[in-house]
Amino acid sequence: MSRPAARVLPGFNLTLGYTLFYLSIIVLVPLSAVFIKTASLGLSQFWDVVTTPRVLASYRLSFGASLLAAAINAVFGLMLAWVLVRYRFPGKKLIDALVDLPFALPTAVAGIALTALYAPNGWLGSLLAPLDIKIAFGPPGVLVALIFIGLPFVVRTVQPILEDLDTELEEASASLGAQRWQTFRHVILPILLPALLTGFALAFARAVGEYGSVIFIAGNIPMVSEITPLMIITKLEQYDYAGATAIAVVMLVFSFLLLLAINGLQAWTEKATGRNR
Amino acid sequence: MSIQVQNIHKAFGDFVALGDVSLDFPTGELVALLGPSGCGKTTLLRIIAGLESADSGRVLLDGEDASDTHVRERHVGFVFQHYALFRHMNVFDNVAFGLRMKPRRERPSEQDIAGKVHDLLKLVQLDWLADRFPAQLSGGQRQRIALARALAVEPRVLLLDEPFGALDAKVRKELRRWLRRLHDELHITSIFVTHDQEEALEVADRVVLMDHGRVEQIGTPEEVYRQPATPFVYGFLGAVNHFSGRLEGEGIRVGDALLRHVAPEFKHGDDVIAFARPHELEVLTDDSVAGGVPARVARILSFGVTARVELEGLNGTGNQHFEVELSSEQAERLALREGQTVRLNPSRLRVFAR
Repeated sequence: MSRPAARVLPGFNLTLGYTLFYLSIIVLVPLSAVFIKTASLGLSQFWDVVTTPRVLASYRLSFGASLLAAAINAVFGLMLAWVLVRYRFPGKKLIDALVDLPFALPTAVAGIALTALYAPNGWLGSLLAPLDIKIAFGPPGVLVALIFIGLPFVVRTVQPILEDLDTELEEASASLGAQRWQTFRHVILPILLPALLTGFALAFARAVGEYGSVIFIAGNIPMVSEITPLMIITKLEQYDYAGATAIAVVMLVFSFLLLLAINGLQAWTEKATGRNR
Repeated sequence: MSIQVQNIHKAFGDFVALGDVSLDFPTGELVALLGPSGCGKTTLLRIIAGLESADSGRVLLDGEDASDTHVRERHVGFVFQHYALFRHMNVFDNVAFGLRMKPRRERPSEQDIAGKVHDLLKLVQLDWLADRFPAQLSGGQRQRIALARALAVEPRVLLLDEPFGALDAKVRKELRRWLRRLHDELHITSIFVTHDQEEALEVADRVVLMDHGRVEQIGTPEEVYRQPATPFVYGFLGAVNHFSGRLEGEGIRVGDALLRHVAPEFKHGDDVIAFARPHELEVLTDDSVAGGVPARVARILSFGVTARVELEGLNGTGNQHFEVELSSEQAERLALREGQTVRLNPSRLRVFAR
């Protein structure tokens, strides 16, 4: 007869049960509703809805701009985290607090503020207009908004890892003859990479689902600057619920696959960098 | 290669870490920088390595002024207290790191690198660990890998910052013997920093004693132990009993007692402080013999080869703590009891001005 394994921490069954119940109500049931509602369309109908040229253009913009914004955030977020961790300067606390602002700001407010800045008659827009650079009311505006809302994710995931990074590692690397960029490339970056990928994935996920801040600045020109969430809203406004959920399903599956790929990459880098050993 | 430091001064804010330090490290020697924490020994080592810069003064490597060169141009091997191994690389890649970072035209082929890395791993007796990651190694193994990594670029000098400080006592003892043997094989000029006098005396050819940013004494382990130049050195290199008193003719007046000692370098009436090691104190229980400082036995620790007796001073030396080391036979013969009053008579005294 085998004795049941004694656990030191109590409440495993209770917490697991609660977690599953909670996840079902909050996440799984609404998500399955999306699939069920979509199922009211036939397969060919579904295909027609999700592959109209206008919707296809919106996928390209949504996913393309989100990936690009997350990539830009990865680079500059890393730089910002570096500055915040490594240097002391007046106003550092303030900058540290500012990083979180995109989290707290209602996205519509951010959208209006960005639009006001980048519109051809805005502060920045009026400077760029003579150079024939148009940010607001086009895809570049979408990108700007997505960069804005995704910024905190990379900074906040990389910052703690960077704080733990021992400067002795860099000194060791330099004493072994490595140039500064070699130290960054071979010592610092591999250690930061898993956190950087997490930040990238979070920023990307946030950007794909973003609606409020983008909608003001995008200009929403069909085939040019319509994002996929807008397509869903448009369908909803026409009482085409099945059509709306069909597009949502495509978005969900796409996002899921992309996040899965990023997580896989992250697991691989963690293994390669010896974190779990 | 020789190392010289000349008039090095370094302050952190108001705290003077190094005050005008000048030292000469001859080629091929293993030198210990010894001192309590905060004495500036690590700062000096980091300045020699180029990881820190001095406020003033010069560092000469092989007679050439290296004060303004970057650490990567100084060709020094540096070993850190906490190893600083790259945890995302396995042992092999850690050791190969310095070779792979060389500019392309100086870089050896991967085949040569592999050969060299395996030679080094053999030298530190860990070639069977090449595929492991640092987290899978013990502290002692990590430090040996760190040493192999530092040696891979064929440094001109080897600098070790408390290399055994993070290890447990047994491994520490093993590794310092091993380091000594390694140095005898390689004869590379080496400096290591430690706060452990036993370690310094046992391993080094020469010991530099530092306190409060100054050099107190330089000498072979034998010299500094036998002839400490200052009270600090005397006190730092082992357990010590001290007697404060005044010179009177052929003795030192301590409280009511007179300790016989001839000190020609002092005048009658000079205030002095005299030191004796625990084994240099004789315990007198017989009242018919004169001399010695009265003390009361507080505690007797008689395990081990020797017996240690802790005593409290009486009369003029009230509240002072004394420690005596006796052989087991002596201890048995004296048959001391706790609370008993005895007199302590130093067989050897080292006297400094007070």
